Amino acid sequence: MDQKLKIELSKQGIVTTTLEELYNWGRKNSVWPMTFGLACCAIEMIATSMARYDLARFGAEVFRPSPRQADLMIVSGTVTKKMAPQVVRLYNQMAEPKYVIAMGACAISGGPFKQGYNVLKGIDRYIPVDVHIPGCPPRPEALIDAFMTLQKMIDEQPLTGEGRPRHLDPGAPSEFVVPRYGAHDLEPPNNPQVFHILNNVDSCEAGGVDDRGD
Amino acid sequence: MIEEIKLRLEVSIPGCHAEIILNGSPSGQHSLLLDPAHAVEAATFLRDDAELRLDYCSNVTGVDWLQTEHSQGYLEAVYHLYSMEKKHGPVVLRLRTENRTDRVHLPSLTPVWRSAEFQEREIFDLYGIIFDGHPDLRRILMWDEFEDHPMRKDYVEPDDYEYEPTPHDDVLTKAKQHAMRQPR
Amino acid sequence: MTSMTTAPVKKEMHEDLAVDGGQDELLEISLGPHHPSTHGVFRMDVVLDGERVVKLKPAFGYLHRNHEKIAESASYLASMPYTDRLDYICSLTNNWAYALAVEKLAGLQVPERAEYIRIITAELTRLVNHTAMIGFLTQEMGASGTPLMYAFREREKILDLFESLTGSRMMCNYMRFGGCRVELPAGWLEQTKKVVEEFPRFLDEYEQLLTGNEIFMARAQGVGVLKRDLAINAGVTGPMLRASGVNYDIRKVDKYGIYDRFDFKIPLGEHGDVYDRYMVRILEMRESLKILNQALRDLPQGPIMDPKTKIRGFRPKPGEAYGRIEAPKGELGFYLISDGSPNPYRYRVRPPSLINLTILEDMCRGYSIADTIVIFGTVDIVLGEVDR
Repeated sequence: MDQKLKIELSKQGIVTTTLEELYNWGRKNSVWPMTFGLACCAIEMIATSMARYDLARFGAEVFRPSPRQADLMIVSGTVTKKMAPQVVRLYNQMAEPKYVIAMGACAISGGPFKQGYNVLKGIDRYIPVDVHIPGCPPRPEALIDAFMTLQKMIDEQPLTGEGRPRHLDPGAPSEFVVPRYGAHDLEPPNNPQVFHILNNVDSCEAGGVDDRGD
Repeated sequence: MIEEIKLRLEVSIPGCHAEIILNGSPSGQHSLLLDPAHAVEAATFLRDDAELRLDYCSNVTGVDWLQTEHSQGYLEAVYHLYSMEKKHGPVVLRLRTENRTDRVHLPSLTPVWRSAEFQEREIFDLYGIIFDGHPDLRRILMWDEFEDHPMRKDYVEPDDYEYEPTPHDDVLTKAKQHAMRQPR
Repeated sequence: MTSMTTAPVKKEMHEDLAVDGGQDELLEISLGPHHPSTHGVFRMDVVLDGERVVKLKPAFGYLHRNHEKIAESASYLASMPYTDRLDYICSLTNNWAYALAVEKLAGLQVPERAEYIRIITAELTRLVNHTAMIGFLTQEMGASGTPLMYAFREREKILDLFESLTGSRMMCNYMRFGGCRVELPAGWLEQTKKVVEEFPRFLDEYEQLLTGNEIFMARAQGVGVLKRDLAINAGVTGPMLRASGVNYDIRKVDKYGIYDRFDFKIPLGEHGDVYDRYMVRILEMRESLKILNQALRDLPQGPIMDPKTKIRGFRPKPGEAYGRIEAPKGELGFYLISDGSPNPYRYRVRPPSLINLTILEDMCRGYSIADTIVIFGTVDIVLGEVDR
């Protein structure tokens, strides 16, 4: 829609919009998160929803404890291998459209505890993540920024064609395989549908980052 | 003070051998190595004796000593005891297993001090010491189907270093080893 | 798992339990690990007879992050940021406990100014922790977040102080072996004095809302009683122990730091129920304010770090040490074994939250599920510490 025409019309008192804009405007302004705090980042999430950095003014009015009633899962804190099946099960129980924010270094890639035998190196091994927030812990303003990024992403999703949200696409998977406890590790160790190892970046051959900081 | 405790233990409980292990650091916290056969009796004596009244077991730790040329390697449980009534402490007790592989039984001191309950379960989970007489010995921190004892010095962790965006130090070494193991 | 999975259990499976003749089916519920009222990922296997709890087994390990194993491959100083993440609400006291243990191991002396700064930050942390705990307790009783909002409002003021001193709101990483990391910034003392002056008014406001409140008293008095002897034998420490009437505060017993120069009392409870634990915490906050006033008044000038401490190449002599402090939740201790190398041979955290959970079953038997949640709230656990 031509913007100048839109502005001219609105000066005359005629408001125009497309179905897509209206639909996405309704969706993005009432994203209800699930209370899913695992570790330290959970305290910053609670602080974000408190009086000083109020998250409710962005539409996240209530944090629903039940996954059936929530739209957004903010994975805040380290996901351990013992907890991972539960996280995936909760994700499967959420109804479409659903989004995931990986808050903090631990949820993105294991964080400072990466070398642990019980630490899952990032929740994106099993479920698709929409927004990642770096930080340990990220400030409440960073969580608000991530929320706004998510709102922008929702706003830009077309309703038909490529890139439409999963609840309008009957072929897209919405439940993912739940890992089982094995004798030494989780089985499977990651979900290849979701965990895309970048093929053209071989971190080991490139040498990685060594102590000199090169 | 630790010599007095050793003497009184050996006098009150016939057959009990206690050995003083000196501590090299400036903290001065020397420990008493007990033999497992008389450990429960010694613990009850320490808790109920009128002068000591060590009624508070603060900390139970597991330690893994690898095989060296001097010893065949053993697992150890270290108990730190304080007294809430007399406000003194710490008295450090040590119990050692015979080796690291098959003879890993120790008596549980949970009937004497209830605070050892969860901590002994944790030592069973992470080190593999089996405490005889513990009311509920099962894994506490890892899942029940897990089979290794992760805090041992010779534990090999599972290899999930497929993708490391900014590896350095230990993680870089492990990622390189993972890459060398992959078929090209 | 989501909050409740239920399965009716026939009586034969729990023969050891004494059940009322009228009920002939016990209900076994798995509460957690994802539940709106737990302080993190914590699970309880509860067996119910009608509404009353008959058996309760805690199950945790969902946040086991292998802190002790990582510390064995890292140097002593590299483990300091990990201690922040143990009890993530009070990070400065965790730092102090670890620094104390290493100072005992290596025989380091801490200058006077650093000791005063340590006490100021530790008592501010105690205020932060107790306000957050009371806020969460009221939310679990059903107050829907209003006292929690007030508590977090005060907490934010103290977190501002921490941020200007250490650079981070929560993960402060401020203590070093032999002193503190950086000098106080300009104007910090005045800001702190202002916060400490205004705090008693907030406590009065809170007490006006809660202490004489009929609903609060009905839900808290007589619930979750913990007797003295069981508390001592089970190794319970901190405000939970003092609410049961045992006078044991490590600040007075060990006199670590320079706590013997300060004049403060130890509040004790009589009955050992939820209400006593709440009152002990409120009174402890008032005593902390007294300590803060004295420390801010007497803070001397001087260096903040022991000049003989080696930052690089820190290798203590072979030996071991156990250092403990009175953290807001109980006795936090670190046990270190050194074999002369830059990394510790064994690094052990003695977590107060884990040991305080030992008697959760004894406290909750006979009460309903709603009371169990409230009793669990007063144990005041943080899963980062329980699981490490």
